[in-house]
Amino acid sequence: MEPDYTEIEERLWNYIDGTGAAGERTAIEQLLQSNAEWKVKYHELLEVNELLRSSELEAPSMRFTKNVMEEISRLHIAPATRTYINKRIIWGLGIFFITMILGFLVYGFGQVNWSAEGDMTISNYVNKIDYSKFFNNTYMNVFMMINVVLGLFLLDRYLANKRKKFREEA
Amino acid sequence: MYVTCRQNGLSYTGRMSTGLNDSEIISKVLSGDQQAYAGLVNRYQTYVFTLALRFTKNREDAEEVSQDIFIKAYRALADFKGTSKFSTWLYTIVNNTCITFLRKKRLQTHSLDNEGVFEVADSQDSGLRANLVEQKSRVAMVNSAIGLLGPDDAEIITLFYKSEQTLEEIAQILGLETNTAKVRLHRARTRLKEKMQQHFSEEVKDIYN
Repeated sequence: MEPDYTEIEERLWNYIDGTGAAGERTAIEQLLQSNAEWKVKYHELLEVNELLRSSELEAPSMRFTKNVMEEISRLHIAPATRTYINKRIIWGLGIFFITMILGFLVYGFGQVNWSAEGDMTISNYVNKIDYSKFFNNTYMNVFMMINVVLGLFLLDRYLANKRKKFREEA
Repeated sequence: MYVTCRQNGLSYTGRMSTGLNDSEIISKVLSGDQQAYAGLVNRYQTYVFTLALRFTKNREDAEEVSQDIFIKAYRALADFKGTSKFSTWLYTIVNNTCITFLRKKRLQTHSLDNEGVFEVADSQDSGLRANLVEQKSRVAMVNSAIGLLGPDDAEIITLFYKSEQTLEEIAQILGLETNTAKVRLHRARTRLKEKMQQHFSEEVKDIYN
């Protein structure tokens, strides 16, 4: 049977990189002593590893640092993201949306006629829910949606202004 | 664990030209000493340029992309929290900027198995390869073989072997799980071995014998 070279190589690379478990390392050391094929493969990969270690970095032009420094002389460091994004606003938004969803659920379940006869299984409970009653008042839904959109728009303006202010200060 | 890595990073990069370590330079820059940033540029320019070259395959584009990377890093320096090495943070910017560059150039970058990427690399680097055969230098052969790989493979090999990054840090830079990064590295090395055997069979024979 033809040996699985991919698996052998993967195990050997782990061994060379030193990322394998202690038990695996011992197993490979034994294989390297007893199995000629593993030994040949190991030396082959070791050569590749050494070659890769000997590869060199490329250098940019002599003017590189000067060019970068000239560019940044016209720039300012942007304020850290954490200074203009208030975590309380994110939490507030999260709580707002969760409250909205819970409110709709409570309202919807409140419309269900629980006294109707039938088996008391979960699927029957689910089937009893009249989903159309969740959004049965069109005017109310439109009103809520407009409020939500307005709220998000105002929040966006607020954050944009705050960011602009920080940038001006920086 | 983090402290050890960080100390290793600093001891490696610490006293090259400015005498200050990365954190000290960053503090100086953030407190208004813009010129101190030159210390970071000098220290990391070869790493950044090499990584950019793995993507762009030509020096002019690599230089432009590298400059862009250092400018982005400067602008975002206040966002560096110090929870990782500065180099790891910088290479994340390198990775994102280079991917954006490739998208703009409409090259395929993400498929590890896409032979088309290698063909593009082959055609773009043929001049360098011809030059290399004459040099018969091991180092040049490896550098050229890496140049023949697709950007994903070339990047991960460079990060692991030349940029002093652990597999965990590479995973963080590339936005992958550590195990996925490990598998990618294995595959990249296998492909590199194939490229060397395919394009530099004579040199490879000399090495193995």
